[in-house]
Amino acid sequence: MAEPAPVALDRNLKSDIAIRLRQVGKVYDNGVKALGPIDLDVRKGEFISLLGPSGCGKSTALRIVAGLTAATSGEVRIAGHAAAAQSIGFVFQEPTLMPWATVHDNVLLPLKLAHVARIEADRRVGDALERVGLAEFAQTYPRELSGGMKMRVSLARALVTDPDVLLMDEPFAALDEITRFKLNNDLLTLWRGLNKTVVFVTHSVFESVFLSQRVIVMTARPGRIAAEIGIDAPERNEDFRTSAEYAAYCRAASIALAHASDAKAQS
Amino acid sequence: MSAVEPSSLRTNHERGALRFVLPVVVLTIGVLAWDLIVRLNQIPPYVLPSPGAVVRTLISDWPILWASLLTTLLTTFEGFVAAAIGGIALALLFSRSKWLEYSLFPYAIILQVTPVIAIAPLLLIYLPQHAAVVVCAWIVAFFPVLANTTLGLKSIDRNLSGLFQLYHASPLQTLRYLKLPAALPYILGGLRIAGGLSLIGAVVAEIAAGSAGAGSGLAYRIAESGYRLNIPRMFAALLLLSLAGIVIYMVLALASHLILRRWHESALGKDS
Repeated sequence: MAEPAPVALDRNLKSDIAIRLRQVGKVYDNGVKALGPIDLDVRKGEFISLLGPSGCGKSTALRIVAGLTAATSGEVRIAGHAAAAQSIGFVFQEPTLMPWATVHDNVLLPLKLAHVARIEADRRVGDALERVGLAEFAQTYPRELSGGMKMRVSLARALVTDPDVLLMDEPFAALDEITRFKLNNDLLTLWRGLNKTVVFVTHSVFESVFLSQRVIVMTARPGRIAAEIGIDAPERNEDFRTSAEYAAYCRAASIALAHASDAKAQS
Repeated sequence: MSAVEPSSLRTNHERGALRFVLPVVVLTIGVLAWDLIVRLNQIPPYVLPSPGAVVRTLISDWPILWASLLTTLLTTFEGFVAAAIGGIALALLFSRSKWLEYSLFPYAIILQVTPVIAIAPLLLIYLPQHAAVVVCAWIVAFFPVLANTTLGLKSIDRNLSGLFQLYHASPLQTLRYLKLPAALPYILGGLRIAGGLSLIGAVVAEIAAGSAGAGSGLAYRIAESGYRLNIPRMFAALLLLSLAGIVIYMVLALASHLILRRWHESALGKDS
């Protein structure tokens, strides 16, 4: 059994691996096994989804990668440069904005905490807001924004430090379908333009297939990796969303998900 | 966000006007009735002075009453500031250390539940009079600040805390950019209660001190006028105390509204 280890930055990690999980598990204080052990490699620039039923530990896995929750066993390695604080961006299930601060100040927060010079910081905040299409809302307060717009602010905040890795915890689950589709498309555009490694947690088969290059299907309690489905489709647009190919991938993912749940039920 | 419809705007305006007009009507009726009862029954002023007599005393005794009002307000202010600083600082310490919280919180409660009027004579023995009065005001006023700030600090969004952790925020940064702003609505609520309470604490201590033969605050004037059967002055001093309490409350409510109006639900209109 490996010693519990904190998230480590590793410059010696094989050059094309961004995140490596080895035998990572989480047992809560009350003895409930929440996660794993799981092994997972995420390549640099890859977009993967963790797909599973609610409470399967996929969010826990994400929080362990971010260093927000300590793993009880195994080790997590993240390739990155020296500026550890800036190598990860995290988008929560809720927008998680500071209601007392304007959109600009919310996005500024990570830079302010890292003591980035004001002029440089303001420029980067402007860029990040531009990227998510909210440039003219910089001086607005979060309460004046719609759910989708708040999520965009949250995304801009995660991107403002220019992290190598973007972790997203069911970010669009609470949004209506039209807004979600729009944000899915925008996220893909951003991902192509910025070349980030994205780990996206979702319980939606359709969302995971549409977005990712690889879908990791997880079982519940404890969360383990049940299947991996590579989504080999270069074009991700509205045509893909209505194509037979997309439907076939969704069917495969649904079957894998049902299988994972069944396997659990029998055991 | 959407524009308010004219009809509901009118009712809003009407409601605002009613909320102002109705208490004024009640006040007018009350004062008229009071005056009428005094006149019809020919009640002597040392039993119940007429409203006119109270106002005349207020004007004729103004130099004395004004000086006393300033004394009481100064004590109240000192007690309030001490309560605000003490309550917030203690809450921040408690939020950092469970040991400290578990050790001291019961005593904060004991201070709060022991009637201050019973503590005041003791304090007057051990402390100089002015200090004793300020301490009384502080004892009554600090607990709501402590309790509310503690509640505010415990209500911080867990994910926001996680975010600060993710970006390796220092304890000082977390305090300044997360804890204090997040707890601010609660702190302001506590301060609003503390303002009125510190006036009560100051008055209670002044009365205790007054009966010991010293003091010059408004409460002392009330006690003194009582001994001398100067009932109109008692009423005038009481009126001033009441007004002082109302002004303190309004100032704090206004400050709270101005600070929170940009973002907090409590300070926003229903339609925004």
